[in-house]
Amino acid sequence: MIAAPAPRAPPTTTAADATTPVKLAVRALDAGFGATPVVRQLTLDVPERRVLAIIGPSGCGKSTLVRCLNRMHELVPGATVGGSVLLDDHDIYARDVDPVLLRRRIGMVFQKPNPFPTMSIRENVLAGLRLTGALRGGRKQPAIDGIVEQALTRAALWDEVKDRLAAAGGSLSGGQQQRLCIARALAVEPEVLLMDEPCSALDPIATARIEDLIHVLRERYTIVLVTHNMQQAARASDLTAFLLHGELIECAPTERLFTQPSDRRTEDYITGKFG
Amino acid sequence: MPRHTDREYESELRALNDRLLKMAGRVEEMVAQAARALAERDAELARTTILLDETVNTDEVEIDEACQSILARRQPLAGDLRFIACALKMVTDLERIGDIAVNLCERAIELAREAALSPIAGLGQMAALVQEMLKDVMDAFNARAADRARAVVRRDDLVDELYHGVLRELLARMSQDASALQRGIHTLAVAKFLERLGDHATNLAEEVVFLVEGKDIRHAGKRGGPPA
Ligand SMILES: Nc1ncnc2c1ncn2[C@@H]1O[C@H](COP(=O)(O)OP(=O)(O)O)[C@@H](O)[C@H]1O
Ligand SMILES: [Mg+2]
Repeated sequence: MIAAPAPRAPPTTTAADATTPVKLAVRALDAGFGATPVVRQLTLDVPERRVLAIIGPSGCGKSTLVRCLNRMHELVPGATVGGSVLLDDHDIYARDVDPVLLRRRIGMVFQKPNPFPTMSIRENVLAGLRLTGALRGGRKQPAIDGIVEQALTRAALWDEVKDRLAAAGGSLSGGQQQRLCIARALAVEPEVLLMDEPCSALDPIATARIEDLIHVLRERYTIVLVTHNMQQAARASDLTAFLLHGELIECAPTERLFTQPSDRRTEDYITGKFG
Repeated sequence: MPRHTDREYESELRALNDRLLKMAGRVEEMVAQAARALAERDAELARTTILLDETVNTDEVEIDEACQSILARRQPLAGDLRFIACALKMVTDLERIGDIAVNLCERAIELAREAALSPIAGLGQMAALVQEMLKDVMDAFNARAADRARAVVRRDDLVDELYHGVLRELLARMSQDASALQRGIHTLAVAKFLERLGDHATNLAEEVVFLVEGKDIRHAGKRGGPPA
């Protein structure tokens, strides 16, 4: 009830400021499962070295959208996808693009920390590199040690594990496991990091560590953060996109979206007026 | 308009809205009584009006507490956030208006002791105008009507104009008639207080525009306009 909606501003579905290059450009993206459409005609820019948060009710298509951004969606049997996604102006769905190499440039961190539990911390960090064949050709041990240290440092985990790199990944706490997964993603030296509800299994302290880490990572990487936690989007992102039934309702600088959304549906969702 | 799914939250916001309206009603009443005490030289009315300020002070504290509780427990966003930010400012202006009504009553008591000064034309007009502004701005708040709030802002220029007229007339009289000095000084203070009431009504109106539109219209032009 309390405040009337702010008057409609012009649509803000491309929120990139003029000075920041667009890293990922989503153009008229459709995605679904079999005959069921999930993402509809979605157009969105992700500016370079910014954090874009994606919010929206459960089932609105957030995960499907981000999984289209590194071609993981198509791995599901029956998955459909149309439209285009441009990474540095090149369509990732073009025929000459190797999805495996693409996923090295666009890394992903999932909701539940999923390290290989019996594999050592060190090998967990290297797992992504091994899977993509990047370690073939016999790199020297010191170089590999350097990769491990750098990835763990960037994931803000190095100080906590440097004395037990041989311990099993499963021996870490949930929050540490999630940072290990971030280290695994970073070891591949991606340009974009997709994070799908990376804190939903973590306690508030572990969550704060990840959010703190996101602030640091954004100096190097372009980040897309899916979250069902609006406060997290408000705290951690530069831009926020609101999705509803697979459609982009509004994308705006985070501060504006949370103080003065331009669409009534965004206002209702973020103030907790559901149906 | 859709309601908050959490009905307790919805009722907290409604209660806060009602409290602000109630507090505003009280200070409007105080200003009306102060104006009457001045016009009718009624020291008794002035004294009973001063007592009302206690309740207004309690209102201020309680509304502040309600806002803080909502901020801490609900983390309001968008229109709800603007409503809380607006309530925190409005409550300060309303409390100041109560104080000014007390100041007016104190002068009314002093003036009632002295022989009546022949009426100053602009003074009654000022009192009527600021009361209208107060009423209109709270109606605008209740209706979330930014255009009506903007109309209140515009009327403040008239208050200032009247104030300067009153000032000139009082100074002229005081320079001609030394026996009018004491009464003149009290009346000058009254004019100044009325002018300040206009300023507070203007603040309230700016707060209502912010609440409704998310636009800060304070100091327009002086800062190169609000950010787009
Ligand atoms: N593998 C799948 N097969 C069929 N439907 C699916 C599959 N995964 C998700 N969906 C459906 O797609 C819609 C969007 O899901 P998802 O993208 O996971 O939403 P969100 O991440 O916003 O909660 C939901 O209705 C969900 O049931
Ligand atoms: Mg999901």
